[in-house]
Amino acid sequence: MKKIVIDEEYCMGCRLCEIYCVTFHSKSKDIIKTFRSEKDRPISAIVFEERGYTTFALQCRHCKDAPCTDACLTSAMYKDKSNVVLYNKDKCVGCWMCIMVCPFGIIKPDLKNKKVASKCDLCIGREIPACVENCPNEAISIKEL
Amino acid sequence: MRYVIIGCSTSGVNAIKAIREVDKENEIVALSDEEKIYSRPLISYFLAGRVKEENMNFVEEDFSRKYNVKIYFSTEVKKIDTKSKTLLFGKKRINYDKLLISVGGVPIKPNIDGYDDSIKGIFTFTKLSDVRNIVKYIEDNKIKEAVILGGGLIGMKASEGLLNRKIKIKIIELADKLLANTFDKTASEILENKLKEIGSEVVKETTIKKIVSKSKKIQEIVLLNGQKFKTKLLILAVGVKPNLNLIKDTGIKTNKGIIVNEYMETNVRDIYAAGDVCEGTDFLSNTNSVIAIWPTAAKQGRIAGSSMAGKKIHYDGTFAMNSIEILNVPSISFGITNPKVNGYEILTKREGERYKKIVLKDNKIVGVILVNNIERAGIYGLMIREKLNVSEFKQELLKDDFGFLLLPKDVRKHYVVGEGIEV
Repeated sequence: MKKIVIDEEYCMGCRLCEIYCVTFHSKSKDIIKTFRSEKDRPISAIVFEERGYTTFALQCRHCKDAPCTDACLTSAMYKDKSNVVLYNKDKCVGCWMCIMVCPFGIIKPDLKNKKVASKCDLCIGREIPACVENCPNEAISIKEL
Repeated sequence: MRYVIIGCSTSGVNAIKAIREVDKENEIVALSDEEKIYSRPLISYFLAGRVKEENMNFVEEDFSRKYNVKIYFSTEVKKIDTKSKTLLFGKKRINYDKLLISVGGVPIKPNIDGYDDSIKGIFTFTKLSDVRNIVKYIEDNKIKEAVILGGGLIGMKASEGLLNRKIKIKIIELADKLLANTFDKTASEILENKLKEIGSEVVKETTIKKIVSKSKKIQEIVLLNGQKFKTKLLILAVGVKPNLNLIKDTGIKTNKGIIVNEYMETNVRDIYAAGDVCEGTDFLSNTNSVIAIWPTAAKQGRIAGSSMAGKKIHYDGTFAMNSIEILNVPSISFGITNPKVNGYEILTKREGERYKKIVLKDNKIVGVILVNNIERAGIYGLMIREKLNVSEFKQELLKDDFGFLLLPKDVRKHYVVGEGIEV
C-alpha cells in the first residue's frame, strides 16, 4: 500500500502540511474560509515535532498490524479494504486505548468531548494526501511500500 | 477439518479472523455462553448511559457470514474430551480438529459473612447481564448511593459508570491506594480528592467483614475496621480469575491460567488458548502471567488463530497497561509502576492534578503513570517494548513536549522511515 515517508532533513518547519490537512478536512475545503470563518474547524491529523532546528511532520503510519485497531473497544478504529486505518467518530466512546497503544503517539484525544480529535485518513478521495502535495521541500512524500 | 472456538469475545473473534486469512475453506464453529457478541469493557459505558446496548457490538453486522463461521450463542460447553477430540454442548456432541479455549475470566467472589448469591442488591461487574440487572435495580429502587468493594480496574470502571448516573459511591479498598496494581499513592490521591469533591469517598486498608440483610435484601455492610454503612447496592469488584471450570480433568496444564507457549498452544495437542483465560509471556519479567486486558486478548487471539490454521507467528509477549478515566481525570499506566525491590530509578513530576511518573531499571523504562497527561502515551509503551536505553535523555522524559524528537536520531528514523515504516 501507499504510505507517507518522512525525511526530517528536508523539513523546514513551515507547517504548511498542517494547514492543508485542516483545509482538506474542513467543510468548505477553502483555505481562507476554513481559517477565517469556519465553525468547528477540524484539527490537523499531523503531529508536528520541533526542537531547535530539527522539525518533522508525523502522521499515522497505517501499521500493518495496527495496535490501535486491536485495542479499540468499539471498533471505531478500523482498517478498510486497502489497509488504511480509519476512524468512525460515532462509535468512539473515548476510552483512550488507542492513545495508550499507538507507538507513534499520533492519535489526538479530544478530552472534553470524549472522542478522538484527529486521525490521518490518507485523505480519502485524493490521489496524493494534502500534506504531501503541499510540502514545498518534499520532506514528506508518498511511496508504494 | 473443523476449528472450534469456545468463547466469542475479542480473542475468539480475532482468532476467527486470523484463521480466515489463512484458511478460507474449512469449517469454523464458535460456541458462546453469551447471547451475542459485544465488547465487555464497554459495560461501564453502558452503565454510564454513554453507549447504547445495540452499539456494544464490536464486529461487523454480517460477521458470521463474512467469515463463514457458525456461531452458537447462549450455549454452555459441558465437557471437552481430549482423547476423542469431542465437545459436549447443550445436547449436542461435536468433534474438533483444532480447538481454541477463549472463555475469559470469571469474577472472584469474596468470602464474606452473611453473603450469598440470593441476596438482592449485590452484583458482580463483568458481563452485560450484570449491568442490565444493576440498571434495573437502580431504577426500581431509586438508588442514589452505592458501595463498591474493590478499587482496582473493575471497581473503578463500575465507579465510572455509577458516577455518570449521579450516584454517590463509597469504594472499599484493601490496599492503601486505588488501582493498587498500576497506580502509586500520588496518582491515587488525585483521584481520591476528585471523589471527595463530589461527596464520594474511598475507605482504604480495610474490607467488608459482614453483610447484613433483611428478607434477602442487603441493608448494611460492616467493615473489618468496625465501620458500618447502610447501603442498598453493593458491587463486588475484587477481581477476576481465569475461567478454568471447563478444563478440569482434561490434562491441560494450568498455573493461575492455562499455560501456553509462544504460539498460544497448550500442552495438549491441537488445543490452543488465548485471552483472559491464559497466561501469556510477560515481556517485562520474562515469566508467564495473566494479563487480562483487551488489546492482549485481541493479539493472542490472532496469534492463536494463525497457528491453528498452520501459519505460525511467534508471540513475543506483552506487559500490563491500562487506560481509565474517572471524573474527567484520564490516566494511562504501563508496566511496573510500584517496584517492590531496590535497583529502580524513579522520576516524577506533579503539577496540581497533572502527574507523570517514570520507573527505570538499568536506564530502561519499565513503568509509567500518566494522570491528566495522556497525550502521546504510546511512545512510552514503545520505549518499554524496545528496551530503549534512555540515559542520554532521561530528564527529558518528564517534559510536556515529550515526543519522537527526544529519541536518538537513528532510533527515531528507524521507526518513522525504517523498513515497512511500522512497529
